[in-house]
Amino acid sequence: MALVEIRALHKRFGAVGVLHGIDLDVSAGQVVCMLGSSGSGKTTLLRCINHLETIDSGSIHVGGELVGYRMGRDGHLIAQTDRATSAQRARIGMVFQRFNLFGHLDAISNVCEAPVHVRKVPIAQARAQAAELLEAVGLAGKEHHYPHQLSGGQQQRVAIARALAMEPRLMLFDEPTSALDPELVGEVLETMRALASKGMTMIIVTHEMNFAREVADRVIMMDGGKVVEDAPPAQFFSAPSHARTQAFLARMR
Amino acid sequence: MNFDLNVVLTTLFSTVFLMPALTTIGVTFAAMVIAIAVGFLGALAAGSRFPALRMVVQFYLMVFRGVPILVQIVFWYNALPILTNNAINLPPLAAGIIALSLAEGAYMTEIFRSGFASVDHGQREAARALGMTGALAMRRIVLPQALKVIVPPMGNQFIAMLKTSSLLFVIAVPEIFAIGTDITSHNFKYFEVLLVVSIWYLLLSALLSLGIRLIEKRITRGQSAVPLCVVPVKAG
Repeated sequence: MALVEIRALHKRFGAVGVLHGIDLDVSAGQVVCMLGSSGSGKTTLLRCINHLETIDSGSIHVGGELVGYRMGRDGHLIAQTDRATSAQRARIGMVFQRFNLFGHLDAISNVCEAPVHVRKVPIAQARAQAAELLEAVGLAGKEHHYPHQLSGGQQQRVAIARALAMEPRLMLFDEPTSALDPELVGEVLETMRALASKGMTMIIVTHEMNFAREVADRVIMMDGGKVVEDAPPAQFFSAPSHARTQAFLARMR
Repeated sequence: MNFDLNVVLTTLFSTVFLMPALTTIGVTFAAMVIAIAVGFLGALAAGSRFPALRMVVQFYLMVFRGVPILVQIVFWYNALPILTNNAINLPPLAAGIIALSLAEGAYMTEIFRSGFASVDHGQREAARALGMTGALAMRRIVLPQALKVIVPPMGNQFIAMLKTSSLLFVIAVPEIFAIGTDITSHNFKYFEVLLVVSIWYLLLSALLSLGIRLIEKRITRGQSAVPLCVVPVKAG
């Protein structure tokens, strides 16, 4: 069984349909990059995976568990408790476009906050682990800096360390470099590349073509709320089968 | 000019206003504590996904901010027993505290609501993504940051409450102003006694401002005064 299994997923915002029947499997250890133009539904799909968005029909399983719902006897979705969904989210890391570091906490406290208060790790142990994680993302010495004292690239690396501190089995990245100055993009991608090489399962919404080409196991093209292309990067970039993918790649060049 | 310094000094340095001052302080703190609780719950309800709950809050705000506080005080003390055939007949102190705290709770609701609104939605989302329940995200992430915006106006309201509590003289709560008017009705030294009453209020509000300033300093310590990372967002 794949780590992530998405079946016939439909999602609408009011009258506007956003996802029209997504089927997608991601195996443990895979790195999947999702491409697509604005409004194609890629960010929404990512946010459904940890139930930051509700879904209308279909199913999302992570590690064999239905996320955010339990299945009724006749197969329709029943919302589960906040506590149960929170426990599922605790094992799914997420990195946001705008970092969303906690503004009232310094870097190391940002990283320890959830381990201490959600996983109940003893504070000393959580802080030691957080210091290691910050070092691993190249931020040794920045432990006591507040978010507003860090550059965008540094903030995003703290955000990655913060997600990793929960020891997730899956990491979701929502355009992690889109809000960064161009010269800061590289350091964040480097951190993600290192994470991929350690075997982390990653689903990444991105516009970084070179990163997708070099790091991804699979590249997915979304268009109009559907997955229109799903191929290894070599094939995706050199011989895309779908016309939308060809047009998208032509525009990106 | 007719001014009797002797009356001022003997009134000021007697113990006649000690108990009334304690009453004023007690009423102020009790009303504010209840109002803060009401305001917190009110703001949560105002942001609820249940429309009925939001409408209840709107109605509460409309009534309790729209009706003069003096009318509300008399309602709780004099009108409620008549309305309920004496089933509910509150003593002055209880009626006064209820009236003040419910009226104040409406203002505190708005203060909490703007405080919560000042915290970027991404903060809550990041907390949720890390596996925090809604309550934990509120307690650990949203509330501490919202307090920066909530505490300064809350301090103002606190001082305003100290002064508003003098209205309770109409239902004979023995607070500073009520005792002052009692004394003037015997000696007719309005100016002298009001001067002493004013000195007591000034003293208490000065102490209160001092305390509030210390709390404000604690809460904003080590934090940026400017909003966090304002960057353009691209839709996915």
